[in-house]
Amino acid sequence: MSQYLKPLPNPTPTSRPFWEAARRHELSLQRCAACGKFIYYPRDRCPYCFSDRLEWKNLSGRGKVYSYTVVRRASSFAFADTPYVLAIVELEEGPRMTSDIVAPPENVRVEMPVEVYFDDVTPEHTLVKFKPA
Amino acid sequence: MSLKGKAAAIGIGELKPAKEPPPTATALGLMAHVSAEAIADAGLEKNDIDGFLVGMPFSDPGMLYPASAAEVMGLAVRMLNVVDIGGASPAGMIWRAAAAIDAGICSAVLCVVADLNRIGDQRPPMVSVQREFEVPYGNIGANCGYAMIAHHHMYEYGTRPEQMAKIAVDQRANALRNPLAVFNEKPLTIDDVLNSRMIVDPLHLFEIVSPCTGGAAVVVASPEVARRSKNTPVWLLGAGEYANHATITYAPSLTDSPIKPAAENAFRMAGLKPADMDLVCPYDCYTITVLVTLEDAGFCPKGRGGAFVTEHDLTWRGDFPCNTHGGQLSFGQPGLAGGMSHVTEAIRQLMGRGGDRQVKDAALAYVNGNGGIMSEQVSLVLERRS
Repeated sequence: MSQYLKPLPNPTPTSRPFWEAARRHELSLQRCAACGKFIYYPRDRCPYCFSDRLEWKNLSGRGKVYSYTVVRRASSFAFADTPYVLAIVELEEGPRMTSDIVAPPENVRVEMPVEVYFDDVTPEHTLVKFKPA
Repeated sequence: MSLKGKAAAIGIGELKPAKEPPPTATALGLMAHVSAEAIADAGLEKNDIDGFLVGMPFSDPGMLYPASAAEVMGLAVRMLNVVDIGGASPAGMIWRAAAAIDAGICSAVLCVVADLNRIGDQRPPMVSVQREFEVPYGNIGANCGYAMIAHHHMYEYGTRPEQMAKIAVDQRANALRNPLAVFNEKPLTIDDVLNSRMIVDPLHLFEIVSPCTGGAAVVVASPEVARRSKNTPVWLLGAGEYANHATITYAPSLTDSPIKPAAENAFRMAGLKPADMDLVCPYDCYTITVLVTLEDAGFCPKGRGGAFVTEHDLTWRGDFPCNTHGGQLSFGQPGLAGGMSHVTEAIRQLMGRGGDRQVKDAALAYVNGNGGIMSEQVSLVLERRS
């Protein structure tokens, strides 16, 4: 297996459960027990109502492409293997995530249904990406 | 509280942006040059400056930056700060300077930004949440965010690539009459823009700013100091600032930006409306930024931006003068000084110093500064009082 050279997430005490779930191939986000909203990225308090009653919940992994771009020339040498599809995915449960769509660029559309795809980029790191549903 | 008529811009200094930095240039040195020019232009002495607002350059960032930059220039001031709201920093400096003046703390505030464009320079680190949730997916720099805004605008409102391209074309026509613009020799056509290399769909190379070396400074003064100036003072009538996200993914909307509340507050403070403006200088890191600004600042209804820029002549002699210096797209983006170019151009035009691109009888201007990915917004209404 070739060495993975792109930047990797460095989990914090706040975000570690999200990345540990990803390694188990589960999409787990915080849900605010006070206002009921799902939250991405992980927080210490709900960004909507500022409650600290946050519970981890597994999600369906289904969503749609809110918007996307095909990166043909990247702003970083680490991502020189263009093109790649960067997107904002709106999850069925509400929150939006920055991620990659693993699909040929010409197949991607705004509002297209997608489902989670766990990319085990190293033995320790799994990135949460999406693919056409 | 209102800042209406409480302070005026009385002097400007600005360098012609350069694609390659001169071998002897440093960011601190460029700041000194443009500051000296602005202070002399205002008819003041360095010792008259008692407030200092500065942007941190990418090429030489560091802690305790304002005192370091002030020390290099030999300034002694009653107020000093870095304004760190991205491309909105220069416009943000103008109202902060006015607020310090209105509070009686300062009488003449120097606002300065400068930077070198050198690949491989040290860059300030991104905040942990962006390193963790954006960078691993390749969401680096500003291109991707604005491309996703443009895609969604096209999806939601049917905006077309040639409509966005028209903005770059008209601004280039303006740049041809600006000796300071970096791209001021060759006109641009819509086909030129659409045939330029696709960088991040749907944005082409000529819809994206070009990083440069350069700098700019503005002196903002109290009414008492302004009355002594040899220049026609350009008064701040209204200011509004707003931000509700950093990364565009977490913004409430991709196409309704925080420019709306910023502009509403600026026009309310001024007691004026968009239609009263004689020229506009909207921040233009990309073509789509101008289009969304014109909608959200109220110059046309939401979703009509594409039709609006097609139906109007955005050149200095047109029916809707917009970025008469060429905008950053043709002027160049010397770091944060790119955002100062909209401020200096509005001041120049209102002082009647627009040269070959002077907008006839220009008395009122709208300026918008935009930071990050449509994040920090600062709207200003400026006036030459006749």
